Amino acid sequence: MSATDTQIFHDSDADTRFRPRWYLGRIAVYGVLILWTLVCLFPIFWTITTSFKMAPDVMQGNLIPWIDYTPQWLGWRSLGLSPDTIGAASTVREQFFLRFWNSTVVSVGASALALALGSLAAYGLSRFEYRFGFMKNDDISFFFLSQLILPPVVLALPFLVLYREVDLLDTRLGLILLYALTVMPIVIWIMRDQFGSIPTELEEAALVDGLSIWGAFLTIILPIALPGMVAAFILCLVLTWNEYFFAALLTSTEAVTLPVMVASQTGSQGINWWSMAALSTAAILPLVVIGIVLERYIIKGMAAGAVK
Amino acid sequence: MSDATDRLYVVTNDQISPARERFGRILVWCAAALLVAVALFQVMGSFGTVEEMDSWRPTLYAYLVFVIAYCASLVIRHGERGKRQLFIVPATIFVISMVVFPLIFALTIAFSDWNLSSVSGQNFNGFDNIRQMWNDGFYWNALGNMVWYCLAIIVEYVIAFGLALLLNSEIRARKFFRVAFLLPLMLSPVAVSWMVGKSMFEARFGPMARLARWLGWERPSFFGDPDIAPYLIEAMDAWTFIPFMMIMLLAGLQAIPKDLQEAARVDGATPWQTFWEVTFPLMLPVSLTAIMIRIIFKLKLADIIITVTSGGPGGATDSVTSFIFREYRDRSNVGYGTMLAIVYLVLIIIGFTLFMKLVARWMRPRT
Repeated sequence: MSATDTQIFHDSDADTRFRPRWYLGRIAVYGVLILWTLVCLFPIFWTITTSFKMAPDVMQGNLIPWIDYTPQWLGWRSLGLSPDTIGAASTVREQFFLRFWNSTVVSVGASALALALGSLAAYGLSRFEYRFGFMKNDDISFFFLSQLILPPVVLALPFLVLYREVDLLDTRLGLILLYALTVMPIVIWIMRDQFGSIPTELEEAALVDGLSIWGAFLTIILPIALPGMVAAFILCLVLTWNEYFFAALLTSTEAVTLPVMVASQTGSQGINWWSMAALSTAAILPLVVIGIVLERYIIKGMAAGAVK
Repeated sequence: MSDATDRLYVVTNDQISPARERFGRILVWCAAALLVAVALFQVMGSFGTVEEMDSWRPTLYAYLVFVIAYCASLVIRHGERGKRQLFIVPATIFVISMVVFPLIFALTIAFSDWNLSSVSGQNFNGFDNIRQMWNDGFYWNALGNMVWYCLAIIVEYVIAFGLALLLNSEIRARKFFRVAFLLPLMLSPVAVSWMVGKSMFEARFGPMARLARWLGWERPSFFGDPDIAPYLIEAMDAWTFIPFMMIMLLAGLQAIPKDLQEAARVDGATPWQTFWEVTFPLMLPVSLTAIMIRIIFKLKLADIIITVTSGGPGGATDSVTSFIFREYRDRSNVGYGTMLAIVYLVLIIIGFTLFMKLVARWMRPRT
């Protein structure tokens, strides 16, 4: 037996106790993470799978497709979107696409309008000192941001009456204007920070080279601020796409958006869960895809607003 | 306007001729005259002196022309300075015309007995609406519920902070967890309330009822029970908005320099002490912003309540917004509903001013 076989260095008791504790900590951390992932994803999973169920599957509470039950196109057929009905004419599908198109036009239009007006204002506030009467820059910023506090109910009824007078009730334009108003504070909140972090030397150089202030803004600053603008745009898109309250009050037939269509799906003989689920899936899918693909921008945008 | 304080200093070399100045002035006055003329014509139409038009659209267009003329005249009259003002003028005009005018209009509605279904139209009725509000138990109940809903933000904040800490610690598959945690924010509250509130919490066959039975609750009822329904509504709302707070807090955590926490650890602080004495105080400003924005969104809470319970059972889940929504939808009571909304707005403004004062006082010794 040579001297090399005996172990000279031993782990002390404190060190051996350390490793199980580390593992326990890891298990706890991942346990919580996975639990919350389940909480977040199960309702989405439930919505999507229910759209492929039939009545008995819903009643028995079958959960896992292909094991508990065989997926059927029943829910999607009622929307005219299943493989066997997609070619045929369907009034429900036309209705659905009309609503879908309404939602798209309204949310994109409102977000674009809010982004255009809001970015200009945010840029102005981040670069120049204004004075309107007693209001200085901080007051003007506060004036814009304070619109966020305004609860929608206060505006809803006056707008109902006003829109009827100017013939904007039940039109997409009316919704676009109102939604742009509700999301503009968020744009200003995010973009003021974005523009503030861009050094003014850039414009100074551009101005020396003979560009006007608007030219400098459009050709130099906008491209730099583009990621922030994308983030603000997506945030606005989420809020306007999902808006229900104003849409329910101000639309009746022409300009109805998807959330209103989802909310008004109570049939006379109970609720067809499978078609409800198909409709809900179709309503949430665009934003879920955007969320997965552009997650980086969303997080960036909200981070910009949060951390000064 | 003092140029010296501008962050971006622009040398202006404007020599605006009197003719140009005059042209700008005339432009604005012409547009204003057009607006007044069109409006007058329409007012006369409503009294029947001239032929009445079917809507006030022409006045709206005239207003639009006036706004464009005003913006143009800014540049014409003030040159470089006008161009600078042009950055914020459109947004300001937009907000003023979309908020201030309707608010004034709302005040005139609020002091009237206007019911859309009645034939008598709009009549001024003084303080009758306020008197009616004073005796309306359901409105006070809804206000009380809002206080509870807002207090629940503390719990949401704790959960969001915990999740942000977890996401900020050293874990694998961080991107996957981040995306998964973010997704609820993207979902429409209406779809959520249908698929989660009405389908998953269905008392007979929903998965949650099954789980409750398995846990030994004989006959689960969720939204029929006034003791449970508010918590479920709150949970659904929290579910969609916790990601929002989480991301803001996560951004705050990532902005904290790592060496501060390392220094605390070197000095022998336990993890809990590091969090409570170093991380948490540094996170206070971000936390307050997150909570404030969360409160603002919470005060608008209505979609879920309208679609799932419509305020029931017995007003246990009602929020102010959903209450006023029903006041309009079921009773077409525009005058009373608007008065309730305005009282709500006044309460919010008072509450927020107090909150900001408190926060300012509370933050001062620390910074």
